[in-house]
Amino acid sequence: MLTKRIIPCLDIKDGRTVKGINFENIRDAGDPIELGALYAAQGADELVFLDITATNERRKTLAELVTRIARHVNIPFTVGGGIAEVEDVYALLQSGADKISVNTAAFKNPGLVDTLAREFGSQCIVLAIDTRFEDGDWYVYLNGGRVKTDRKAFDWAKEAVDRGAGEILLTSMNNDGTKQGFALDITAQLSQNLHVPVIASGGAGTMEHFVDVFGNAQADAALAASIFHYKEIEIPALKTFLYEKGVNVRF
Amino acid sequence: MKTAIIKYNAGNIRSVQFALERLGVDGIVTDNPEEILSADRVIFPGVGEASTAMRYLQERNLDKLIAGLQQPVLGICLGMQLLCRHSEENDTPCIGVFDVEVKRFTSPVENLLKIPQIGWNNITGLHSVMFEHVPENSYMYFVHSYYAALGADTVAITNYVINYSAALQKDNFYAVQFHPEKSAEHGARIIENFLNL
Repeated sequence: MLTKRIIPCLDIKDGRTVKGINFENIRDAGDPIELGALYAAQGADELVFLDITATNERRKTLAELVTRIARHVNIPFTVGGGIAEVEDVYALLQSGADKISVNTAAFKNPGLVDTLAREFGSQCIVLAIDTRFEDGDWYVYLNGGRVKTDRKAFDWAKEAVDRGAGEILLTSMNNDGTKQGFALDITAQLSQNLHVPVIASGGAGTMEHFVDVFGNAQADAALAASIFHYKEIEIPALKTFLYEKGVNVRF
Repeated sequence: MKTAIIKYNAGNIRSVQFALERLGVDGIVTDNPEEILSADRVIFPGVGEASTAMRYLQERNLDKLIAGLQQPVLGICLGMQLLCRHSEENDTPCIGVFDVEVKRFTSPVENLLKIPQIGWNNITGLHSVMFEHVPENSYMYFVHSYYAALGADTVAITNYVINYSAALQKDNFYAVQFHPEKSAEHGARIIENFLNL
């Protein structure tokens, strides 16, 4: 039976992880490779590396980093952050990334999703959506949540899937950082109506939150960052907890 | 020992090379017939679309070359599907080592099936030297929309709505639908077993 996935997310800046203190058992918590390999060894099902570098050297640094990750990490990983060009995707996949995620660039130019799916296959194209609930609905935000749009998250997700996106990474800005749980309603709406996997993100604070998002909201995967980086929840304990609650997970 | 990884227009080849590297083996990525024929082990990887991949192989006569290989061959994902008789993906006649039809997952009426299947699923009914020291019900990483049906050459089974071939084996040909190169330690063990045949 296909299992629910637990995905730690690592923010990368200039080739280094931004968050990630509190690990006494690795030499350099700022090293994305060491941290990624540690999560893999603990039973993470996938990794997401989100690049927030804003320099001109970005492309080259990122491709080199991806090669190093692919060399050392034996589970699948996605790379995202500012990806806008077919050439960028080609370089990242050639470097060994399993999937890439697109967000703002795809919203501004939806044809990018069609192009990427046709060139590389839907299975490696993840559409990331940052969304906020206001005035009675969930709206898409761009540029890392700084720019509001008047497009509803569900509508955009559906269009992107029709255009060939193979997975949706849905981040609720209302929930992100609150540790009060995932946004169950919008996650459920997407997961129950789209024929691609939905990765829920934002709000994880307790192990029960993962049970809720997999159970009630039927998410296919759940992503979190700080609770893993700061060891508030450790992956082996989380998986044992989920298993005991009847969630199908990999050991 | 020389290990060749067949280079063609399908993705994910680099990951296979890195997985070999982690086992201390230098894999040569090549589409050169001499190189492939002289290798001790041949890996036929791939993520992509069947008809485009078959056309590419046929234009270079690699389809016939692969069918005639005598050394151990390991097909992975699309590589496994192309070793079958025929794929429903754009109605593509394939290499035909395994007398198996490759079909598309179909969603049952009562609930929505996510296609492609993406993620970790367990493999059962393991009976191949490939799976030595790999426990029954081990989880492997799958990404696919099409599957090889069950048949006489099935040596591992996975369920996604229906039971299908997670692995096939016939003579010197071995094939897995999942990605051993991305399936943590159990995946690495399968590659190692193949290299140690």
